[in-house]
Amino acid sequence: MGMIDQYIYDGSFEGFLTAVFEVYDRKPTRVKIVSERLVTENFFDEEHTIYTDQAKSDRVWKGIEDKIGKKAGNLIYKAFLSEQSDREQVLLRIIKKGFKGENVTDNFADIDVLRLTNLVKIVGREKHRMDAFIRFRLTKDNVYFAEVEPDFDTLPLNAIHFKNRYADQKWLIYDRCRNYGIFYDLKTVNYVQLEISNDINSSLAAPFYFTHDEMHYQDLWKNYFKSTNIPSRKNMRLHLQHVPKRYWKYLSEKQP
Amino acid sequence: MNFERIKEKLNILADAAKYDVSCSSSGSKRANKNKGLGDSSGMGICHTYTEDGRCVSLLKILLTNHCIFDCAYCVTRKSNDVKRAAFKVQEVVDLTINFYRRNYIEGLFLSSGIFKNADYTMERLVLVAKKLRLEENFNGYIHLKSIPGASDELMREAGLYADRLSVNIEIPTEQGLKLLAPDKKREDFIKPMLKVKNEIIQYKSEKKLIKSTPIYAPAGQSTQMIIGATGETDAQIMYTSAYFYKEFQMKRVYYSGYIPISHDERLPSIGTDVPMLRENRLYQTDWLLRFYGFSIQELLNKEHPNLETDIDPKLSWALRNLQHFPVDVNHADRRLLARIPGVGMRSVDKIINARRYRKLGWEHLKTIGISMNRAQYFLVCASSQFETKDRTAAQLKSLIMGTSASKWRGAYSSQLNLFESNANVTVS
Repeated sequence: MGMIDQYIYDGSFEGFLTAVFEVYDRKPTRVKIVSERLVTENFFDEEHTIYTDQAKSDRVWKGIEDKIGKKAGNLIYKAFLSEQSDREQVLLRIIKKGFKGENVTDNFADIDVLRLTNLVKIVGREKHRMDAFIRFRLTKDNVYFAEVEPDFDTLPLNAIHFKNRYADQKWLIYDRCRNYGIFYDLKTVNYVQLEISNDINSSLAAPFYFTHDEMHYQDLWKNYFKSTNIPSRKNMRLHLQHVPKRYWKYLSEKQP
Repeated sequence: MNFERIKEKLNILADAAKYDVSCSSSGSKRANKNKGLGDSSGMGICHTYTEDGRCVSLLKILLTNHCIFDCAYCVTRKSNDVKRAAFKVQEVVDLTINFYRRNYIEGLFLSSGIFKNADYTMERLVLVAKKLRLEENFNGYIHLKSIPGASDELMREAGLYADRLSVNIEIPTEQGLKLLAPDKKREDFIKPMLKVKNEIIQYKSEKKLIKSTPIYAPAGQSTQMIIGATGETDAQIMYTSAYFYKEFQMKRVYYSGYIPISHDERLPSIGTDVPMLRENRLYQTDWLLRFYGFSIQELLNKEHPNLETDIDPKLSWALRNLQHFPVDVNHADRRLLARIPGVGMRSVDKIINARRYRKLGWEHLKTIGISMNRAQYFLVCASSQFETKDRTAAQLKSLIMGTSASKWRGAYSSQLNLFESNANVTVS
């Protein structure tokens, strides 16, 4: 058993692609790509810090799109956003197989392809949930503001959906877990980092941040949610399956 | 805006509209234009779910619940003693826009009780849609109800602003309709449907020649039937449904288990359970017809006028037609794969893709996600282990049911007990 080389990168997609570049460049016999957030001290492994390099990252990305295909590139990116602990290893094997000319998108009998498909599926589902569960509140400075805590890092995927849909209103969607947001200023969507006051969700402070009508519309929506229910068909199990409790925190209709 | 008054109206008019099951917001091609508000070119989105587990995608309301008709099955009927209310056109527009901007909804589903006459009502529904499109540059989803008996001119205009139009035929048989809605005639339902169908056909042919042809009801039309109000058979329901799919190119037919809402001798009494299991089996049949290549005669016919409640309709068909099985998953064509119980269309696609790279065995089929509990008796794959025993349909059924955990078990076991005393049990 030889030592395992640990390539430690900053957790970004560009960082990961840089690490893939280094794997092809340095040709280690046994390698593990690890995000610095998840690194664990290991006496037997040798650690190497990978510094994110845009040029190297671009080269690998171009290689993936040209040689393995745009579809595969898209899948790899989405799977990466899953933040699952095995993502780097699975994606590295997928990329290696792809560069060797193996099919990595439809061959569902291959265990890595299945895992890739599975990661893409869970990320896609979470992205779709965010498209559905995001609730905007209109602030006094005329920005539609929403907070989220998605299971995976989906905001980069949500941006286009919201840009196409709300082209005529300013909006900001903020990921409280990952502490960044996407902001649309009527022209483009940009990544932003903000200090958000702790009292923004307290009902006492709400009139300070949000418009007068905002409270009324939330109230109307809550009323609508109740009126449209059919009690004789009640099925809470199905309800919870579709709207798991962890999402209730930011759903206007679920507020007391 | 007087929010208190609006809240009161919303409660009444949302409550009255909720028996319409459709909440679909998909199938339109209306993209955002001129940096306006909204986009309905993507897939449908359910923004939340009610406690009964139904999707909430659209703001589903009546314009008014005043109605000149007295249909027994309808909560809004003239003789029912309920609070009445009516929205102003502008109020519906404002609600829709403000809900949409907050990402509560995909759009509006507007229906109405019939006040004065059909055209007067339809005109107001069209006006709401027109204002949303032209004054608010709204590109979200709009579903308008076609009012039975509305004129061709109004139906033509409705389709220019709405994504979907629907008329509910409500009662699957003509005798049932006569009994429960004596003021209504089938022709009145058919007339707007026919107009919409012809407009859609015309739009499609003109579009090929003139690119700027204004878009007409891009998400097509749908209809709904109430189930279990008039003692109809499953065959009567599904043959009616198949007819509407074929003759009017319906996008969807919805089945709505009757919810007792009044004391009326012609109807199941209040407190009767909503036939949700039956509803589920009808939807499964509908899916088999539309996506799995089954024909209606295979699933329901003179010998089998009703679906089995304890097993799904595909398994039921398979057990009656064991001569087609087992299917070889490594060689069978798409049509045959789709007929294996426990294999859905997504799995069919995955099997077809995966088997190009290697022969598939049990392990592969499991990871692809087919339901082994049913499928194992109906297929062979690249493995030496497979069912070799010749079993009868009855044996297979009891084997499968013994290992399955259906969410409906409570529902059908009590139904079975009901008939146990006089049932003829055949043991093969």
